Amino acid sequence: MQESQYSRIAKTEAFKELIRRKRAFLIPAVVFVLLFFIMLPVLSIFTDVLDGKVIGAISWAYLYAFAQFFLAWVVTFVYWRRANRWDELAREARKEAPEGEENSA
Amino acid sequence: MNVTASVFFAMIVAVTLGITYWASKRNKSTSDHYVAGKGITGWQNGLAITGDFVSVGGFLGITGAIALQGFNGFYLSYGIPIAFLLVLLVVAEPMRNLGKYTVGDVITSRFGTGSVRAIAAVNTLLISIVYMISQFVGAGALIQLLLGINYNVAVIVIGILASVYILVGGMLATTWIQIFKAVLLLSGTFLLLLLVLYRFDFNPVAVFDETAATLGDSAVVPNDYGGFLANLDVLSITIAVALGPVGLPHVLMRFLTVPDARTARSSVAIASVFMGLFFMLLPILGYGAAIYVGQGEVAAANPAGNLAAPQLSEALGGELLLAFIAAVSFATLLAVMAGIVIAASGAFAHDLYTNVWRSGQATDREQFMAARIAAGAICVIGLVLALGAQGFNLAFLATIAFTMAASANLPAILLTIYWRRFNLTGALSGMVAGLVSSVGLVLISPNLLGESAIFPFTNPALISIPIGFLASYLGTILSREDREGHTPYEEIYVRSNVGSEEA
Repeated sequence: MQESQYSRIAKTEAFKELIRRKRAFLIPAVVFVLLFFIMLPVLSIFTDVLDGKVIGAISWAYLYAFAQFFLAWVVTFVYWRRANRWDELAREARKEAPEGEENSA
Repeated sequence: MNVTASVFFAMIVAVTLGITYWASKRNKSTSDHYVAGKGITGWQNGLAITGDFVSVGGFLGITGAIALQGFNGFYLSYGIPIAFLLVLLVVAEPMRNLGKYTVGDVITSRFGTGSVRAIAAVNTLLISIVYMISQFVGAGALIQLLLGINYNVAVIVIGILASVYILVGGMLATTWIQIFKAVLLLSGTFLLLLLVLYRFDFNPVAVFDETAATLGDSAVVPNDYGGFLANLDVLSITIAVALGPVGLPHVLMRFLTVPDARTARSSVAIASVFMGLFFMLLPILGYGAAIYVGQGEVAAANPAGNLAAPQLSEALGGELLLAFIAAVSFATLLAVMAGIVIAASGAFAHDLYTNVWRSGQATDREQFMAARIAAGAICVIGLVLALGAQGFNLAFLATIAFTMAASANLPAILLTIYWRRFNLTGALSGMVAGLVSSVGLVLISPNLLGESAIFPFTNPALISIPIGFLASYLGTILSREDREGHTPYEEIYVRSNVGSEEA
């Protein structure tokens, strides 16, 4: 039966390892990204701290805004590379799970 | 102007119809119609997501806003890279692993009842229609200004074209039209950028220096938006821009067109590169317009600055470039429209007709028929509403769609995937409360009531998103757990992480 096949996958070592790695990356990444993001509108709208000019006429506000784009690219790249390796664990989890009476693959 | 522009516009129409004809031979089943048979590659989907997102609101709206307001106009842009990072980290792969054709499929995969599917479908329809009206309004205004065709005629022509793409070519045509348009718009933007930078010896910093020198420092630093409430309103919009895409049906649907989670992941990564470049470089175009066209001229052509990009192209490249950029904007509108309509038709035909009304008993042929009829009907509804919405501000309409997506769709999608205790009552109360609060607060806002507004903000995201989450939470913990007819969370949890066996 499908349902028990899923519980069997959930019990494999590979699946537990997959979840452990995903959580260790995703939770801090999402929290950091959200905080990093929200500080820009909050600081630029409600305070003057980003009003100074840094490089020529480019202000801290612009630098911070551009940093959002670079942050997104870096995290995307790091996640993409790791997640492509995690796919191996997902495959293993499916293989490791003892076959039920029926495998609907 | 009219002759060159007409030739370009005609070429765009010819190419898109050509793509549609080619796709029509491969558009044979329900799965082809909604998700192109799940056969789209990572690169194709990445460009199509880019296409879905670099809309005219972005290209014309943000360039104009920066031309007129400097850094203050950039706030619609800087949330977008974060939005797509969140899409990648939290929804793209689970969406692929749990869904079939629509957002409703994902929530229903866990709670499996008609009511949750019906409400998810209504949310998708309303969000899509609001977004679609914004595109129609933009398209009509653009064609009226550039080709001198009457707004109503323009809107009707666009409605007919979008219907033809979808009815005949389905998702495959929509995807390739998006790719075509994404490449055109990115090249057009890049060309304009090079023309601006050429005048500054390819030194981007000099663009900012020149802006500060001619327009004053206030053009390059953040300014007050006009009092505490106005500031909070802008904060609300930035949050809507960063969270909205994570719940936008026509974006989420793109992850169902690819064969597996790995491709879904690659496609967001590719989209993130192109989209990031596009939105990051808009200040150069905005400032270019402020310098070479002049703020007065930009504001005179359109009070919101919506024509700054076409005006800049005329100033730098003459009539030919203007006609090209105008045609690119037109292609953008057509493509985005097609993408939205197909998501909405899925909600109507797959969720409401096939699964709720017919309890899943419709044959593939009937579903295919229903999907096509729904697509045509939705185009007509959007068209009629757009004829009445001419006076609304373009950016306002689009951010309202983001807010609705973030308030009504996002909590239910996230909690379905990640919260073990989440239950049917929580899903229903969250979706209804998110929708009612986001739409309700807009109805009593200054946009519709003007001076006599009861709610002070033009955008309610700051309030309606927390309401959506809170209602999902309270609905869950206050209701008695009723497990009947539900898929165990363990199955959702395993499937969202490793994919399902049958996929």
